[in-house]
Amino acid sequence: MDLFLQAISHAFSLIVHLDPVLTGIIVLSLKVSGYALIIATVLGLPAGAFLGLKRFPARDLAISTINTFMGLPPVVVGLFLYLLLSRKGPLGFMGLLYSPSAMIIAQTVLAVPIVTALCHSAIMSVDPIIRQAARTLGATDTQETLAVIREARYGILSALLAAFGRVMAEVGAILIVGGNIAGYTRVMTTTIALETDKGNFELALALGIILLAISFLVNAALHFVRKKGMVHTS
Amino acid sequence: MRLIARHIRKDYGGRTVLKDCSYEFDAHAVYALMGPNGCGKSTFLRICSLLERPDSGDALFSDGATMLLPDLSLRRRITLVLARTGVFNTTVYRNAAYGLSIRGAGKAEIARKVKEALNFVGLGHKIDQHARTLSSGETQRLGIARALAVEPEILFLDEPTASVDQENTEIIESLIMKMRTDGKTMVIMTTHDRDQADRLADQVLVIRDGSITRH
Ligand SMILES: Nc1ncnc2c1ncn2[C@@H]1O[C@H](COP(=O)(O)OP(=O)(O)OP(=O)(O)O)[C@@H](O)[C@H]1O
Ligand SMILES: [Mg+2]
Repeated sequence: MDLFLQAISHAFSLIVHLDPVLTGIIVLSLKVSGYALIIATVLGLPAGAFLGLKRFPARDLAISTINTFMGLPPVVVGLFLYLLLSRKGPLGFMGLLYSPSAMIIAQTVLAVPIVTALCHSAIMSVDPIIRQAARTLGATDTQETLAVIREARYGILSALLAAFGRVMAEVGAILIVGGNIAGYTRVMTTTIALETDKGNFELALALGIILLAISFLVNAALHFVRKKGMVHTS
Repeated sequence: MRLIARHIRKDYGGRTVLKDCSYEFDAHAVYALMGPNGCGKSTFLRICSLLERPDSGDALFSDGATMLLPDLSLRRRITLVLARTGVFNTTVYRNAAYGLSIRGAGKAEIARKVKEALNFVGLGHKIDQHARTLSSGETQRLGIARALAVEPEILFLDEPTASVDQENTEIIESLIMKMRTDGKTMVIMTTHDRDQADRLADQVLVIRDGSITRH
């Protein structure tokens, strides 16, 4: 019990004093997940819109595949990326293994199916009359698609928040490709895993508290966005 | 601009809805299109507003002696107001501004024309209200204002008074009457109300067995 209380009080002191190691890790976490989310949005939103609005052969297959990839086990993603990026792997020449870039790639791989699938369902939930209305008013194909995306904006924002929450909390993939190098590739989740292992609970707990707080903020934002989206949809 | 429907045919899943619809519509006149449920009125409007292709035949447009190509610029000179409006999840103003903004119109022009169109349908005082909070009569009028803001040469109205009360019906009828006297827009509307068709239209048409006939 003593150990626990002591660890908690130390953890809070680290947070309150903005310990540079702690803040460095938090900043890197936010950066890695932030970049991953941006890339995943650039890829996943158009893909989701395409799946939602265009008819093509194998569309159902594509949707099922994306939904399956949503539940991709992170360690498996980590393993595959490791094999790709390791020195002897096909992408080994890029020298990305054990770098923040590798971690961004790993989180992007995890986030793309989430963003795609959730954007797809957000876009599917837009009343088809919206597309028709845009068209009757003289919209081009692109403008029509943008009108639908604008209509789905709250759902899309929810999708992005959900993906961000998911990759922030993830540990399996980035641990494998990031390697947990102090001051270089250590992010919140990997540090928690490592420090707990070593018995250094203060830093682990401090990061755990921050991670929970971020997760809380993401969920609060998610709730807010959903509520706002609900107000005028009847 | 004139509209010439020439031998328009449309099938859905092997069932022929429009068999052979031909009619020449003059600029600036008001037409009322009647016929029982499912006879193909809305289908005819969608084809003539270039939203859907007929299986054979054409919807042709001419400016004097010049035939017009069915491209984007022609599509932007005509507008269809759907039976169910499909308002965008935003304000009344932005709904009415949509057609102009996708045409790349300037802010001042948009503001002027949107206000004019909303005043025309009696929604000038609801400009900042959220469009999804309008009543169904107001929603229908917003649909009309949204279409009129782009100053179409042909306005298609699909059952503009089908789901609105007496008061809104009168407002919408007076709008159509006004367009008829202004004589700047061709109006082709569908309705199930015989008296309304007689009141508003220069010409009443009926779709029966897949063909258009004058009443
Ligand atoms: N996209 C479609 N796919 C299949 N069938 C369709 C489609 N659109 C219309 N139809 C069919 O074509 C027929 C004509 O429909 P349309 O909506 O044009 O009739 P309408 O005259 O407007 O009827 P109402 O008075 O009820 O509005 C109907 O039998 C309808 O089921
Ligand atoms: Mg109809």
